[in-house]
Amino acid sequence: MPIVLYRVDERLIHGQVVVGWGNHLHPDRFVVVDDELATSVWEQELYTLALPVELEATFTTVVEAQRLLPQWRSSSARMIVLTRDLPSMRRLAERGALRGEQVNLGGIHYAPGRRSYLPYLYLNESEREDVQHLLDDGAAVSARDLPGNRRVDADQLLREDEHTP
Amino acid sequence: MSEVRPVRGILLAHAAMAEGITDAVHHITGAGPDVLVPLSNRGLSPKALVDEVRRHVQGPTILFTDLPSGSCGFAARLLARELPDLVVLSGVNLPVLLEFVMLRDLPLAELVPRLLARGRAALGCAPASLENNADRAVSGG
Repeated sequence: MPIVLYRVDERLIHGQVVVGWGNHLHPDRFVVVDDELATSVWEQELYTLALPVELEATFTTVVEAQRLLPQWRSSSARMIVLTRDLPSMRRLAERGALRGEQVNLGGIHYAPGRRSYLPYLYLNESEREDVQHLLDDGAAVSARDLPGNRRVDADQLLREDEHTP
Repeated sequence: MSEVRPVRGILLAHAAMAEGITDAVHHITGAGPDVLVPLSNRGLSPKALVDEVRRHVQGPTILFTDLPSGSCGFAARLLARELPDLVVLSGVNLPVLLEFVMLRDLPLAELVPRLLARGRAALGCAPASLENNADRAVSGG
């Protein structure tokens, strides 16, 4: 099980992920799956500035990540896979690629059109559908910003949403 | 002789750090709230954070951040590519900010090297003999 976390977080590689989850899961590598960042060398350099020397980061497109998933799973390196938005994670999960995997919603913040679910989780209608697709594709989706905090299952969030006028 | 406009400071940091350390600066120096503006990343998306910082940049500005990367450092360096009068200084500590308040009438080109030197010099330990190990620790030796 070398992929120790799949996480959606707009901030990608930052303190909560490197220190909070890093100390808990002891990854060797962060894998950022994002079509735009995969071709932006200067942004990649910014994201890796604060990484401890023993950790590495790689950046790849969604299509390439889907191709590499089996290889990552059989690797001896422990990896945290990050996307900065739900559509990228949804595409990664297509055709059951993340079936049975835990997908963590860790940081999607306020923007116009988004509704508050948790202090660190705001979703618009399209993103809500992305979460439902992830669930339909067999992923176990839950929200939690840090490993010591309460985990909230996504289907519970969506159910509560249905009951909200 | 041309008039030099004082440099404005913005401190961008995680959670309540900026507010706390800025309060200390104000307490020690009496500097007003326009000299150093505290901003937090709490609850803000990367785009919202960039927009919030941009709103406070006026003329020559130093944007102090806690970490070189992460959400604060990333937003700061994105803005530095866009705004020519903005300098990012990361790894901020209180001695750097006190020096900034004292010297902010200097042009950025003179001010920034002095702040970097001050911040680096302020890191120390007791017993001082342990400082000899610091270089080896960083280089992995």
